[in-house]
Amino acid sequence: MKKSKLRNAEELFFRSIMILSSSVIGFALILILWSIVKRGFPALSWEMITQTPKGGFYFGKEGGIANAIVGSLYLASGATLLAMVIGIPVSLYMNVNLHKRQKLVNTIRFLLDVMWGIPSIVYGAFGFTIMIYFGMHSSLLAGILTVTLFIIPIMIRSIDEVLISVPKGLMEASYSLGSTQSETSYKVFLKQCISGVTTAVLLSFGRAIGDAASVLFTTGYTDHMPTSLMQPTATLPLAIFFQMSSPIAEVKERAYASALILTFIILLISIIARIISIRYQKHKIKI
Amino acid sequence: MVVALVFSMTLPVMLAIGLYYKSSGLLMEQSLFNLIFSKDWRPLSGHFGLFPFIISSLWVTVLALIIAGPICLFSAIHLTQYAKSYVLKVMHPIIDILAGIPSVIFGVWGVVVIVPFVSQHIAPLFGKQTSGYTIMSGGIVLAVMIIPFILNILIEVFKSIPEELTEVTLSLGATRWMVVKHILMRKAFPGIVSAFGLGLSRAFGETIAVLMVVGNVTRIPHGALQPGYPLPALIANNYGEMLSIPMYDSALMLAAFVLLIIVIIFNFISRMVIHRMIKIM
Repeated sequence: MKKSKLRNAEELFFRSIMILSSSVIGFALILILWSIVKRGFPALSWEMITQTPKGGFYFGKEGGIANAIVGSLYLASGATLLAMVIGIPVSLYMNVNLHKRQKLVNTIRFLLDVMWGIPSIVYGAFGFTIMIYFGMHSSLLAGILTVTLFIIPIMIRSIDEVLISVPKGLMEASYSLGSTQSETSYKVFLKQCISGVTTAVLLSFGRAIGDAASVLFTTGYTDHMPTSLMQPTATLPLAIFFQMSSPIAEVKERAYASALILTFIILLISIIARIISIRYQKHKIKI
Repeated sequence: MVVALVFSMTLPVMLAIGLYYKSSGLLMEQSLFNLIFSKDWRPLSGHFGLFPFIISSLWVTVLALIIAGPICLFSAIHLTQYAKSYVLKVMHPIIDILAGIPSVIFGVWGVVVIVPFVSQHIAPLFGKQTSGYTIMSGGIVLAVMIIPFILNILIEVFKSIPEELTEVTLSLGATRWMVVKHILMRKAFPGIVSAFGLGLSRAFGETIAVLMVVGNVTRIPHGALQPGYPLPALIANNYGEMLSIPMYDSALMLAAFVLLIIVIIFNFISRMVIHRMIKIM
């Protein structure tokens, strides 16, 4: 009798610790979002979003961070597009052409997972060495290439996770109708998974736009709107980082506002991805 | 397709070769052992000891894991063994969003919330005074950053354990916690360790968020309430001046190379264990 009481007490004790742990995680997210909104919202203005930095911007005078917002969007879109060009064929190849060689595919997955873990600063340093090697200056193009390398493993693995779920019967049906491997890949597999692939692409876009360490070396920073691939370009995470390290209060306020803008973009992407993955299930052939 | 596949597979090799090539200039003058274990960091006179930075990195990372580890473990057990399905439905987006927040945002949050908290509440607890820009702040911010990452892997690991196993034990009259303690933990042990290993390597490479809160003082830290200067922060902070001092770029690229090798080794071992577990069971 006593023993069972002890057991129940132990059960109750650990159960409360578990619930506490889960709540801590939820609480942490709310705390982060709340503190960003609380600090950022009062400093946010229309000027912030629509103007480039004017003279004396870094002493708290007028101007905005439109250049960084546009720069980040260019950078992330370019990198996502390039990563798609490489990522979609690779993941299709792994799931369709290499379908019979699971051991090889699993090894590739394993290597990609290891690559996913390489920190972005290492990619940044690598991009920098390549840049120096070819005698390039920091530019939007160098940034795009570096970020592309950084998100390739993320994109391949996320698309791959979606493609795994395609029933194998579909492949056999497609072959039996006389289609080639690439027809099966692009017309059956890709179409079947289009919502999942879109979600994966959007997630990679979110990674690309939020990362600061890889663009620190390669993209540089300017106060102008980006107009060419060969120019240095401002990016949103770096704008936040630089403004945050300023001792002037007005500039710091702007850093909070910029952080709010970046958070908003990230949340928007994640919500769109969620809606797409719920809504666009209709192309799917159900077996 | 094949070209794209081969290209993406050779990526880590390219990274390693590129960084090694750049750091070889310094490696020819001084031995690797010397560079890693020397405490002497004076770039102007050509002394590039990476030891203080490596130790700082270890402090921050281990502290982050000590904070995040138990929370993730308990939460993962809660979500896979106890929680009703609606709890999972709420927690999934929370984990996803937390994982998607850029590191610079964590940095801002750290400066605004954690740094004052450490200087006003945690440091007085130990009878010390600091500005709050310490290893401790870096550890806390990092912990929150790696929580979603570790949690996701732990959930996968626990899900891979067959349900029959737990059901049989339950039917013998064991409480839920006894099942967790005697069956689940034992079965999942390698998976748990490697999930922590992956979290560790993720934390090791984190740059901007840590850089913003950790203080960046070149000295070997002797406690969590002192400022530190982790390896990634060193690389990120000095890129501006690295071309003006001889061998400085070589030293920073060597730092990146060391970072890459450490992270790959950690990742390799942990992923190996996890891949085996999830496949076999």
